[in-house]
Amino acid sequence: MGLDFTVIPKYLDVVLLGCLWTIAITVAAALVSFFGGILLAVVALYAPAVIRLPFRAFEFVFMGTPLLLQLFLIYFGLVQIGIDLPAFVAGVIGLGLHFAVYNSELIQTAILAVDRGQMEAARTLGLSRTQALRKVVVPQAVRAVIPPIGNNMIALLKDSALVSVIGVSELTLSAQRAIGATYRPFEFYLLAAAFYYVINLGMEWVQRRIERRIAISR
Amino acid sequence: MDIDLMMRVYPFFLEAAWTTILLSVLTALLGLACGALGAAARLSRFTSLRLLGATYVSIFRGTPALIQLFILYFGGPQVGIQLDAFEAGVIGLGINAGAYMTETIRGAIISIDKGQREAARTLGLSQFQAFYKVILPQAARLMVRPLGVNLNMLIKATALVAAISVVELTYTAQRYIGSTYKPFEMFLLAGVLYMIIIYATGRGVSWLDRKVRIT
Repeated sequence: MGLDFTVIPKYLDVVLLGCLWTIAITVAAALVSFFGGILLAVVALYAPAVIRLPFRAFEFVFMGTPLLLQLFLIYFGLVQIGIDLPAFVAGVIGLGLHFAVYNSELIQTAILAVDRGQMEAARTLGLSRTQALRKVVVPQAVRAVIPPIGNNMIALLKDSALVSVIGVSELTLSAQRAIGATYRPFEFYLLAAAFYYVINLGMEWVQRRIERRIAISR
Repeated sequence: MDIDLMMRVYPFFLEAAWTTILLSVLTALLGLACGALGAAARLSRFTSLRLLGATYVSIFRGTPALIQLFILYFGGPQVGIQLDAFEAGVIGLGINAGAYMTETIRGAIISIDKGQREAARTLGLSQFQAFYKVILPQAARLMVRPLGVNLNMLIKATALVAAISVVELTYTAQRYIGSTYKPFEMFLLAGVLYMIIIYATGRGVSWLDRKVRIT
């Protein structure tokens, strides 16, 4: 059959639109995973056992099973209990929760690494425990944890390809649409790979810039 | 929760779990081979080999594994590579895992103190002997734990071959979700089996790590 890259321009707009959706879902899921990660970390470290244990079970399940399976559960499972989410929302929730668990591990380590004197000083100055956590400890921990979280977010970009299987028209599914019309899988998957690679490079660039900003403000 | 249904379908999940295990083992072996080659290339004296190794890592870590699988399985026939889904799964995931393992192996090797090599050379060992008798035995111990992390990721990544219809755990779960409309039950069955596989592997890795550690 051979290769023929001249078919690409005709479907380039379809694939480019997919690119935008991939970026949108990555950003949305990254936000969920970031704030979700902070919440999970605070719960794991400070909540009473009654609240902590169910969260731990949740984390154990999310770390021990594949993301693809989790996406199926969220997309089809919520329908079973009467919640019919659009595929995009299900994808954002699935990706976001999955990576929130990984971010939480990082943030917990970082919170524990913030000097205990910080909490004590904040309490001495009259802040409540919650205030001290929210205004003193967590901001410092989050700052320390931004480089490894950046790596997680780049992993999230790549895993966003999985939401194509629940029907979100992102980059991978857009490539599949073009393939459906042209029967040229090699060319279009290669094109999709190239776009992912470029977005990846862009994210690495942003990550380096953020790291440099943090370094200066110290 | 429909326990009867779960009892009825669980033999199929058990069978699928074996496929997932077989897939993981073969992928891990191919990944290790690719990782060793990749690390050798990245640490080579020759610039061209170093560049080749770096390109391999950058491309395979920089694009989704799912797309790599699709290129191999659906695009392969266009360039004369005919593979069945299982073969494509093992080869695609193995090469992908190899890129991550390249960095793990390389990291362990370069973390061995330079003085070790210098001392070995001074004692009259050749470059080759110094590597195999002094550097590698020390580096191998350091690799166990991070390779265990790679292995954990790899086992979960085997779920991707469901998308090219290899009948493993995730595909089986997906198929039964489609035919029974009981997603929670099917997730529970597949999830428990995945967690058993991953937990057992983790224990194995910790055991090996303790065994080879020099105290």
